[in-house]
Amino acid sequence: MDNKLILPYNHIQTAHCENGVATGLLRHHGLEFMTEPLMFGLGSGIFYIHIPFLMVNGGPAVSYRSMPGWIFSRASKLLGIKVNRRKFSSEKEAYDYLNKQIQLGNPVGCQVGVYNLPYFPAEYRFHFNAHNLVVYGKENGNYLVSDPVMETVTTLTEEDMLKVRFAKGPLAPKGHVYYPENVKQVSKEHLQKSIYKAIHRSAFDMLNIPGPIAGVDGINYTARQIRKWREKLGPRKAGLYMGQIVRMQEEIGTGGGGFRFLYAAFLEQASDITGNQKLLTLSDEFTKAGDLWRASAINMGRIFKGRLNEQKDFLESADMLDNIAAIERAAFKELRKIKM
Amino acid sequence: MKKEDLPQDASALVGVTREVCYVKGSDGKYTSDLSTGWDVKKQALDNAWDDIKERVAEAAAQVKNGEISPIFYFMEVKLMDITLLSGYTGFWKWTIKRHFKPSVFKNLSDTKLATYAKAFDISVEELKNFHG
Repeated sequence: MDNKLILPYNHIQTAHCENGVATGLLRHHGLEFMTEPLMFGLGSGIFYIHIPFLMVNGGPAVSYRSMPGWIFSRASKLLGIKVNRRKFSSEKEAYDYLNKQIQLGNPVGCQVGVYNLPYFPAEYRFHFNAHNLVVYGKENGNYLVSDPVMETVTTLTEEDMLKVRFAKGPLAPKGHVYYPENVKQVSKEHLQKSIYKAIHRSAFDMLNIPGPIAGVDGINYTARQIRKWREKLGPRKAGLYMGQIVRMQEEIGTGGGGFRFLYAAFLEQASDITGNQKLLTLSDEFTKAGDLWRASAINMGRIFKGRLNEQKDFLESADMLDNIAAIERAAFKELRKIKM
Repeated sequence: MKKEDLPQDASALVGVTREVCYVKGSDGKYTSDLSTGWDVKKQALDNAWDDIKERVAEAAAQVKNGEISPIFYFMEVKLMDITLLSGYTGFWKWTIKRHFKPSVFKNLSDTKLATYAKAFDISVEELKNFHG
């Protein structure tokens, strides 16, 4: 390979890495209208789930978004785009394949683990394997990297790149490389249709998945757990659990308020594109939900800030979540009914 | 959240990057803006690290008392659990649990020690000579 190969890829910074890679790659392939909120909405990214018995970093496993990889897959399917995905068992093959794509002039998305990502702040380097970035070239043996959560582009050595592509554990990337194929222009009508389909899908995910742990029901489930935590785990551990919820909800990548502001921004854009005023009204409901998630985080913060806390603080937090669940349930019921 | 309410608190991100948040601009429309951090979640992250430090200190004390092997200690240092360590080393989980016993650790072959050292990104000497 030449000493220098820089592909004409425009770095964009987004709240969430998967939205960012997907948006950037689709823009690169000519879909200039794509934005992060639109990608998130078309990919039906909004979600809630509390998986019982599973622990993440010693705390409860809650998530405010759908499974890693689904946003790009769902959005592409709606827009009639194929996402070419490759995973590898051999590091050598994975290495050769990435180099070949760059030589072919094709910027690609890579799934990586963040534990060995040198440009991340040390405090953020946990064993989290579903981070995404774009490789858009190579210079002096280093990969040129557009990581959507970073303000500017960055680089990775060949050795570091292999390490992060072959991180082990849950959601191990296995060298996962992906890029969109056959990207055609999307007509306004097609886009409008896709928006409605995606909204109905999110409404289904939030309202109709059976069982108590997923969707809006999952928020009530977490509230019920919170009421029991202090007695069951003791004040200290219960406080740490609350901290974990706040981190999953607000940490880098969510756009604030557990992705609810991002979804509100999507509904605003969706209203623009479709001319449906009702979507704008419902956008306000998600702004309200996002604000309440932020208020809940502040309340939880009071619990884990000092190590002194009382049962009534936990009850208050649980009530706040039940209130949020009620607002989101009503909003998604309206979205479920929405028609072109 | 309104644009003017977006927190700009000091956090671990300072000097590395700022994060994108979605906020309402003065025209009532959504826009994105950059934030340096928020005290509430900084506290949550700091607490998580305090907890990790406590667990590491506890593991070091256990190694010192001869209750557990250095493999357990370095697993904690590297924020791993047994599942993750199994992924990096290729050893079964029950094998790793056995290697936590100081009596078993003492007789581990150099190849096995090297596998652990590689997973922890340290030298075999560091692994062998950690006494708490």
